[in-house]
Amino acid sequence: MVLSPGDKSNIKAAWGKIGGQAPQYGAEALERMFLSFPTTKTYFPHFDMSHGSAQIQAHGKKVADALSTAVGHLDDLPTALSALSDLHAHKLRVDPANFKLLSHCILVTLACHHPGDFTPEIHASLDKFLANVSTVLTSKYR
Amino acid sequence: MVHFTAEEKAAITSLWGKVNVEEAGHEALGRLLVVYPWTQRFFDSFGNLSSPSAIMGNPKVKAHGKKVLTSFGDAIKNMDNLKSAFAKLSELHCDKLHVDPENFKLLGNMLVIVMASHFGKEFNPEVQAAWQKLVAGVAIALAHKYH
Repeated sequence: MVLSPGDKSNIKAAWGKIGGQAPQYGAEALERMFLSFPTTKTYFPHFDMSHGSAQIQAHGKKVADALSTAVGHLDDLPTALSALSDLHAHKLRVDPANFKLLSHCILVTLACHHPGDFTPEIHASLDKFLANVSTVLTSKYR
Repeated sequence: MVHFTAEEKAAITSLWGKVNVEEAGHEALGRLLVVYPWTQRFFDSFGNLSSPSAIMGNPKVKAHGKKVLTSFGDAIKNMDNLKSAFAKLSELHCDKLHVDPENFKLLGNMLVIVMASHFGKEFNPEVQAAWQKLVAGVAIALAHKYH
């Protein structure tokens, strides 16, 4: 599912509006995911899962920074995310089903904080973007 | 069978009381058709679905969204027995409508996103978790009679 020029411009515009809040939204999306889909916690047995936990904040920032990188390289996600793709394939081995869960929680977070900007068109483009990122991250699994 | 705690039920019913069923149903169904265009396959009779604005402005989408979400309201009155509450609708979706149950999950997530956009911070992680449980329960109940 290829990103159209319209999708790319929607994604950049939306990410631009998020700006410096991205790390905080990353943490919130993780927290939402852990609560709504408890099986996702199995990948983080060492984490303090309480609200506001430093580990969740730090990990949320990692996720947000990776997505910001992706937004800057929409024409070549596989190259831009190559190291992360290797990491997920060989070390983390997060089951592919989980990427949809985090992607959904990222969209819920954005809908909560930016309802006016989260139009159906922007929603569709962001959903496609996150699906593409997920595909790249699982592309070397086998 | 899905079991809801008292807190989960409260999180669900308190928000539901504030939902405009017509508007939320319209939004959720519209977003399903925009974000996952292959779902349009079930709605050939709906007329113009050629763009996001055509979809969101389509009166049949609005009417059908209201119908679907009104039915969802029945789920909320029967949270302890979703499977029997949705038995007939499950048969309908299998035998007459031929809808892949995967679509129930997609629509459920669209509803969660509409709730998030309407309620903002009030739709906090705990509240979302209760709603995710509800939409998953409804999806399972609607698929239960498939054969």
